[in-house]
Amino acid sequence: MAHANNHAFAHEGGHDGHHDLEELRKFGFWIFLITDLILFSTLFATYLVLHENTAGGPDAKEIFELPGVIVETFILLTSSFTSGLAVLAMNAGSQKGLVGWLIVTILLGASFVGMEVTEFLKLIHEGHTIHSSAFLSGFFTLVGTHGLHVSLGICWITALIVQLSRHGITEVTQRKVHITSVYWHFLDAVWIFVFTIVYLMGVM
Amino acid sequence: MRGEASVIDQIKDFASWFFVSGDPLIYGADVAIALTTAAIIFVLSYFGKWGWLWREWLTTVDHKRVGIMYIIAALLMLFRGGVDALMMRTQLVFPDMKFLSPEHYNEVFTTHGVIMILFMAMPLMFGLFNIAVPLQLGARDVAFPFLNSLSFWLFFFGAMLFNMSFVIGGSPNGGWLSYPPLSELTGSPGVGEDFYIWGIQVSGIGSLMTGINFIVTIVKMRAPGMTWSRVPIFTWSVLSSCIAIIVAFPVLTVTLALLFLDRFLGAHFFTMDGGGNAMMYVNLIWMWGHPEVYIVVLPAFGIYSEVVATFSKKRLFGYGSMVFAMLSISIMAYFTWLHHFFTMGSGANVNIFFAISTMIIAIPTGVKIFNWLFTMFRGRISFTTPMMWTLAFIPCFVVGGMTGVMLSVAPADFQFHNSYFLIAHFHQVLIGGVAFGYFAGLYYWWPKMFGFKLNETIGKWAFWIWNIGFYVCFMPQYVVGLDGMTRRINSYGWDTGWWAMNFTSTIGGFLMGIGFLFQVWQIAHSIKFMEKDTTGDPWGARTLEWSIPSPAPLYNFATTPLVTDRDDWWEEKERIAAGKMPKEKPKLEPIHMPKNSPIPFIQSICWFTVGFGLVFHWLWIAIPGFVGIALTLLAHSFNYDTDYYIPVDEIRQTEAKAGRGV
Repeated sequence: MAHANNHAFAHEGGHDGHHDLEELRKFGFWIFLITDLILFSTLFATYLVLHENTAGGPDAKEIFELPGVIVETFILLTSSFTSGLAVLAMNAGSQKGLVGWLIVTILLGASFVGMEVTEFLKLIHEGHTIHSSAFLSGFFTLVGTHGLHVSLGICWITALIVQLSRHGITEVTQRKVHITSVYWHFLDAVWIFVFTIVYLMGVM
Repeated sequence: MRGEASVIDQIKDFASWFFVSGDPLIYGADVAIALTTAAIIFVLSYFGKWGWLWREWLTTVDHKRVGIMYIIAALLMLFRGGVDALMMRTQLVFPDMKFLSPEHYNEVFTTHGVIMILFMAMPLMFGLFNIAVPLQLGARDVAFPFLNSLSFWLFFFGAMLFNMSFVIGGSPNGGWLSYPPLSELTGSPGVGEDFYIWGIQVSGIGSLMTGINFIVTIVKMRAPGMTWSRVPIFTWSVLSSCIAIIVAFPVLTVTLALLFLDRFLGAHFFTMDGGGNAMMYVNLIWMWGHPEVYIVVLPAFGIYSEVVATFSKKRLFGYGSMVFAMLSISIMAYFTWLHHFFTMGSGANVNIFFAISTMIIAIPTGVKIFNWLFTMFRGRISFTTPMMWTLAFIPCFVVGGMTGVMLSVAPADFQFHNSYFLIAHFHQVLIGGVAFGYFAGLYYWWPKMFGFKLNETIGKWAFWIWNIGFYVCFMPQYVVGLDGMTRRINSYGWDTGWWAMNFTSTIGGFLMGIGFLFQVWQIAHSIKFMEKDTTGDPWGARTLEWSIPSPAPLYNFATTPLVTDRDDWWEEKERIAAGKMPKEKPKLEPIHMPKNSPIPFIQSICWFTVGFGLVFHWLWIAIPGFVGIALTLLAHSFNYDTDYYIPVDEIRQTEAKAGRGV
């Protein structure tokens, strides 16, 4: 009986209910993003300090191949767009649309990571590893950290799709979709800096 | 049987490499660890307390219990860091004494620094955050109770990992900030530096999450009516400290990760070859390290402000300027990092910039000193232990601050740097500013945590012994520092003429150790003999945490308080004393609470496993740890059953038991 009452109370919402809690979590996530932004800024600063320290090895101009990176960039930008479409579908109340667009987002994200791994493997195969020079240490770490973030995002959205199929669109899953979407856009923004500072400035 | 013998030989070889041996101090530690572990296991089993420990403490998400666990862990670390300090002072007494070998001395000063800053000051600070902030805000818990528990366990297992290096594998010996190339594989081929990296990394992630947690708590969970100008000053200090945390700690995370990549994968971030830049490490580590000292001192400023107002029976003087001073310190802290290496060739203009910014940061600090003095002016001061520590802090910090300004003069720093003048300065601000403040806070909030005050008489003995010990220990160090005695050396010859000063200093160090023992006695004595506080407000204090019973019930506030004033609880008491009706309280409603969870504890063990595996380069240990982290993250993400409601009847019963009608 007491349980039933509590349950009823939980659905009243009000100032003490779940609504506030979800707002709190969104706000907390924004602050987390600030910390992540500082983490990336530190890595960018490191890269910029080291990018000319090639220790007699190849420099950026010699090893970067822009066409592949441009394709990667388009794929990631598109995935950011589709994650936005997922949120729009959710706001329209369409679970099917939401899950569908999330799956497209994951697939695009996975192909981005796949291309990045291919690029890394190719470089390593040619003998350009994290061990070769400070420039390459900085490069692999900065770009790899971004790739790791994207990979984590893929796992996260996959888990979220399973939860959506179990619970449908609720206040909790809505918040989770919003947060992953913000996270995904954030990674996109970071990539634009990677593209500009590492690749474009590298080949110029 | 040759095969058998060789297996035994192999095991022997492994053990002699794995376990640190050859030093009676280490064997003593081995025995102490074994005995303590056995004693804990015996006591828990004998009294059948395993279930209780698990349900009430290890899995708790209650901020008050998390706070208490932080404080217990911090006091244990204070003991270890203190023993390290006394070992160093013992070694320095006579130049020919072979108490610590130079190698061992390096390990001891490294662990002393790391433990005191990261595993003593930080957790003691987080403990006080946890005890006081939600209660001051009129909140039921922190914003993210689960995350809060995770932060604690990450700190705890990070600290354990670091401490383990003493008996397994070998301690780090590259100084508390591990400058490369000394901390690179070429300079430190053993596992000590890896213990350093992973112990700090794991606990640092916990600190970062605490920073996020408390910012959200303070911004979003203030009781209705608590506008920014009514937020208690300690909570303001926590906010400014947390702002510094979220900006500084990601830099530490990256710095340690890069050093690890250098050591583990042969990267060239900070190496001497391959184009690495060791100076970049020094910049990065101080971009975290200098804000870090403000991170730990700002909450102490908050504590002094609460204590001064409470025990002067006056409103804090200059509340607005105090808030402004603290926020500006938390921002200016980022423009001072380079003063840690004036002598490393940055050039005159860079040095000038950082010299001036370092001098400027003394201004808001000076403003606060005057605020505290004016708060006391014409107040009715009562000399309780928290107030005594506050009073002792003021002159101590003024002197420490002024020697800091002396050090900030770049040309003069070329003389002082790496001398005992510097050692004396930062111990004066860190002990006189931070440790004194946390002691004051611990005494002040103790009744709120446990429902009784600590014995004041023994507390005053501890206070005087500590303080006399402090000056006896560190004033001579200024003198020998100016005379050219440099730090990080385990012996100074008779011909230097520093013997008498070193001897005096060591006596002071041991006096502080005795002061600490008095505090231990004070706690033990008080647990046994002190009377229970039935008022909930034993000091006649001013802020909301004192309006509820001690110790605070699980849900903190039976009904959410409605705030109408700064120092709301004090004003309420004044109103009642003036014969006015107390503020009307809303009707009792079921209270929404988070459920306990074992995940933070389990996930932190997984982090510990990862750290341990990577320290020894054993991927077969590290990989299961990573898998465990992933699984616990998923388990938490898939858990939608995270909270419950306390029914009204239960609240009524709890309040009645505490002597409160609702």
